[in-house]
Amino acid sequence: MNRFNNQGDKDTRSGFGEGLTELGRKNKDVVALCADLTGSLKMDTFSKENPDRFFQTGIAEANMIGLAAGLAIGGKIPFTGTFANFSTGRVYDQIRQSVAYSNKNVKICASHAGITLGEDGATHQILEDIGLMKMLPGMTVINTCDFNQTKLATIAISEFDGPVYLRFGRPKVANFTDIEKDFVIGRGELLKEGNDVTIVATGHLVWESLIAASELERNNIKCEIINIHTIKPLDEEVILNSVSKTGCIVSAEEHNIYGGLGESVSRLLSTKLPTPQELVGTKDTFGESGKPSELMIKYGLNKDSIIVACKEVLKRKK
Amino acid sequence: MNEDLKILSQQIRRDILRMVHSANSGHPGGSLGCVEFFVILYKKVLKNDSKKDLNDIFILSNGHISPVYYSILARTGHFKLNELNTFRKINSRLQGHPTNHDGLPGINISSGSLGQGLSVGIGVALSKKINQDNSTVFVLTGDGELQEGQNWEAFMFASAKKVDNIIVTVDFNGQQIDGSTKDVLDLGNLKLKLEAFGWKVFEIYNGNSLDEIYNVMIEAKDSLGKGSPILILMKTIMGNGVDFMMNTHKWHGVAPNDHELEIALNQNPETLGDY
Repeated sequence: MNRFNNQGDKDTRSGFGEGLTELGRKNKDVVALCADLTGSLKMDTFSKENPDRFFQTGIAEANMIGLAAGLAIGGKIPFTGTFANFSTGRVYDQIRQSVAYSNKNVKICASHAGITLGEDGATHQILEDIGLMKMLPGMTVINTCDFNQTKLATIAISEFDGPVYLRFGRPKVANFTDIEKDFVIGRGELLKEGNDVTIVATGHLVWESLIAASELERNNIKCEIINIHTIKPLDEEVILNSVSKTGCIVSAEEHNIYGGLGESVSRLLSTKLPTPQELVGTKDTFGESGKPSELMIKYGLNKDSIIVACKEVLKRKK
Repeated sequence: MNEDLKILSQQIRRDILRMVHSANSGHPGGSLGCVEFFVILYKKVLKNDSKKDLNDIFILSNGHISPVYYSILARTGHFKLNELNTFRKINSRLQGHPTNHDGLPGINISSGSLGQGLSVGIGVALSKKINQDNSTVFVLTGDGELQEGQNWEAFMFASAKKVDNIIVTVDFNGQQIDGSTKDVLDLGNLKLKLEAFGWKVFEIYNGNSLDEIYNVMIEAKDSLGKGSPILILMKTIMGNGVDFMMNTHKWHGVAPNDHELEIALNQNPETLGDY
């Protein structure tokens, strides 16, 4: 067994909501905007407690991003909230020009990311958003793994000056990280040490990696697990240090293998320390309707896929 | 209007023509059409007084008319005049479309991809409301760019939320790249549309008259703080001040050659001294 215990299933979006509520009470410069999904984003408490600092934009995401850029010009710290799909692809040009190129201190907070949005299907699930956001110069990209970490990240990004994309999800998942721990943007977290294979995981797949590692340990395969909550800037040092010990790596994410964490890791390793790698993620496909747990199995986004990938990559280890 | 502002307007025309000629690219038509607007805005309307914490802000949405923007900024002391020489050239802060990315003083946001400035301006206005700051946000948009849907999201938002500390001016020259706005995608009766969207609408019938721009601006300012966002439909002539560039979309994004530059400059004799 690993030393991480599930403190009880909770959704990451509620971690965002709690973080935002806390920010509303302690930082008067924080403002929030939402495009008709206040309940889904868990922004209700902030909106009730701070009616003068909450802006309901209606179903108009492009305007929301522009408003946020303007609020940042006026010295505010705007947090925008909608689903990941409507937070990125729908408003890419608005983010690109008015936020990223203009270097505005806007926090784009995106719920219902990935396939675990579930029954609404492919129109609402996005598996391309990490790629879209990490390609924007100057954009910080964060994908948190549980409730506690999402709460801490929400607070941490308010203290960071610059545009941030914060990605989280819909379903209740294991809440296992330490709420007392500091959240440091850009720093990977070594969750478990091991010599045989490195697993770098982000978001919901961090917990799946921990379960996979426990099962592999029974086959005497010792995994080193790194939680990459910040995909950009990537913590290169923690990854290079780990693979210089293990000699092979698996990346795991609830995202297309095109453009996600796995590709960032490949870029790093191919230029600094060529290492056999397997990528766990969706294989250039859209999702579909279904229960989150069913979808994670069908699309290869669970502990079983991680176990298979670890065994595969070990075969190629020199 | 006093003679100084007329002289400044003529000099800005020279700056625009020389910048676009030197870069052999850029957008002279819309820039020339908005010279008088920028002169009145920067010399008579925008109020900035750090002692009173008063900080009017201007957002340019139709970023392609950057030549007129850069000229007025340089000629009101935001940066040195000779920097105008660098327009659209490598290693310059004067990009083809304006940006704050490289730290050019006076620019608040990047624009060029159309239809975004209105939302940004409204966002600044919201921040001023939170701060109980009584200064005003000014936005300039083109008419063609009102074809972008984001503007209508923003129009709806501002009236619904009673954002009444903003004055948006539309440069209504009736031209866009592919032809007249009527032919490309008719905007219809903008005044009625905007009034239906809950905006208080003023009109400037001659947007190349310093006096008329000033008078309507003052009138519009008197309507601030009364629950409605304010918009001014400003009819201008694209290419104004250079006879062969006027009333045609052909000079929207084309630079004059040496001969055309000479003719154009002769129609706007040197006044304050070229950069």
